[in-house]
Amino acid sequence: MPTDSKKPAGVLVIGEMEDGAPSSLVLELLGLARRLLDGNGPASVLVLGQSGVTLTSALIAAGADRVYVAPGDARDVYASDVWLAALHGVLASVTPDLVLVGHTSLGAELAPRLAFRLGAAVATGCEALAWEDGHLMATRPCFGHKAREVIGLRTQPAIATVRARASDPLRLDASRVGDVVTISMDPPDTASTPCVTARARENRSDGIPLEKAKVVVAGGRGLGGPEGFSELARLAERIGGVVGASRVACDLGWCPRSWQIGLTGKTVTPSLYIAVGISGASHHMAGCGNSGAILAINSDPEAAIFKEARFGIVGDYKQILPVLVDQLARFKSQQPVTGGDAAVASR
Amino acid sequence: MRILVCIKSIQNPEIAASVFRVDEARKEVIPLDGLPLVTSPFDEQAIEAALRIRDRGQECRISVISFGPASSKAAIKRALSMGADDAIQVMDTGLEQADSATTARVLAKVIQHAGPFDLILAGRQAADWDAGIVGCGIAELLHMPIVTFAYALEVTGARVVVERVLDDGTETVEAPMPCVVTISNELGEPRKATLKETMRAAKKPIEVATAESADVDSSKLRAEQEHMRARVGLYVPRKESKCDLISGATAEEIARQAISKLAASKLI
Repeated sequence: MPTDSKKPAGVLVIGEMEDGAPSSLVLELLGLARRLLDGNGPASVLVLGQSGVTLTSALIAAGADRVYVAPGDARDVYASDVWLAALHGVLASVTPDLVLVGHTSLGAELAPRLAFRLGAAVATGCEALAWEDGHLMATRPCFGHKAREVIGLRTQPAIATVRARASDPLRLDASRVGDVVTISMDPPDTASTPCVTARARENRSDGIPLEKAKVVVAGGRGLGGPEGFSELARLAERIGGVVGASRVACDLGWCPRSWQIGLTGKTVTPSLYIAVGISGASHHMAGCGNSGAILAINSDPEAAIFKEARFGIVGDYKQILPVLVDQLARFKSQQPVTGGDAAVASR
Repeated sequence: MRILVCIKSIQNPEIAASVFRVDEARKEVIPLDGLPLVTSPFDEQAIEAALRIRDRGQECRISVISFGPASSKAAIKRALSMGADDAIQVMDTGLEQADSATTARVLAKVIQHAGPFDLILAGRQAADWDAGIVGCGIAELLHMPIVTFAYALEVTGARVVVERVLDDGTETVEAPMPCVVTISNELGEPRKATLKETMRAAKKPIEVATAESADVDSSKLRAEQEHMRARVGLYVPRKESKCDLISGATAEEIARQAISKLAASKLI
């Protein structure tokens, strides 16, 4: 393996799965790992509880030189506990310069815990990473997304959680080669660690997760009540979009909490984001600021959202939305029919 | 049972981006004149979570702990006015530049001296640096289990049942106590201080702890922090606002224009 102190020697990616396949974030992390390694190696990825050649070859095609497979099962055990046990198994034999973790509900807990267990430095919620003079430089939003800090991490390994869409995945290359290593681990002791007694997954009737929607129609405090969301749903249905919400709307109980977009909710990157009655606080923009274009509808002409939006309508959504929905129906009926998967973003 | 809530006093996170400024050379946020510090909102919800446990009939002593400048006392007073019983204020001039990891190390030491606690609560992250490291650090350093992103808690015997937020739903987790739980905003609004509780709060004890009283070698911690991690930049990203405001005499006219503009940009 070539050595070059200006590049990391070894990056380990935490391979979170989604419905049995690597999540899009894991593919992005593998791409990021390869770019940081810049010819150095290896890029490895750890997966839990699942193996099979389909999965491991998908990870290798996405950039992994080595796939570690641990036998653990995180269904009943608390997820970060079982991942920590698996990581313990991997880190006993390899010493990567960097551990990359997706900034998910799992990663946001796992990474700091791992850092304290190893005595390593960690940066959470990063949106850009670089390797300079043998160290990781992590850029991350802070102060509710109003500012960015750059942190230098000087431990080996350095640990970072990375936000979705911060980095592009590699083009899948089925001719890439890599090896698969099965590791042993001691499962966490369920008497002394938390155990999961029930898990409820959010199932949206339209089946498209917010994160993958091409159009998102989001509502905030300005809707004035839960009724506003039915108007948003009509608009979303008309243009193949998915409904989301600001933190305030979720906290007020106007919609399911899983609809929340922002710093402590989901990050979405649709090509069109329609923000209705959303003031545009930084912590909300944290979740939608990278949308292709924002159309803001707000009765307050001074709302911060108009500084972020490409198109703005100052006015009462109750008057504008019904008309917009009607006219969209007419507009759509005049358009040639397109493929059925138009609502899913292509990336 | 004993519950400890970790709180942080921060600059108001709700201040508008238009007046938010940083000192890039010092890598610090420039405080707004006359604007008082607030309790980090997630930490306020952690206090609320503790009080709700007591509201349901659990006998408990609720303590708060805050590590920061002397001005953190206002946040402590607010917590006592909400209903907490006593407080520990951790201050040390030798640790003013403490980062999240150092903060966790200091708090863990003080907690060891002040404990034992059955339940340690903290906000999911402080609303200034938004890192979410301290709660996890305290759990690891004290060898306690942790459950993060909680929006509901219930104590049953020696265990706590926590409902927590996941990316694609929720889960219910049962953890043995002592343990650490971090609270997410989905918990709901914290209560306001009542006049009666505020009057009582004046008499509630606030213990002051320092690095020395907690057997913390502040110069060693400082050196270790420098060795591990350093902030090398802080800036406000520049944004150019170029919003195309769509106006018209009627809603029909506005909608027509909006559709034609979105269609022209191939957005619909």
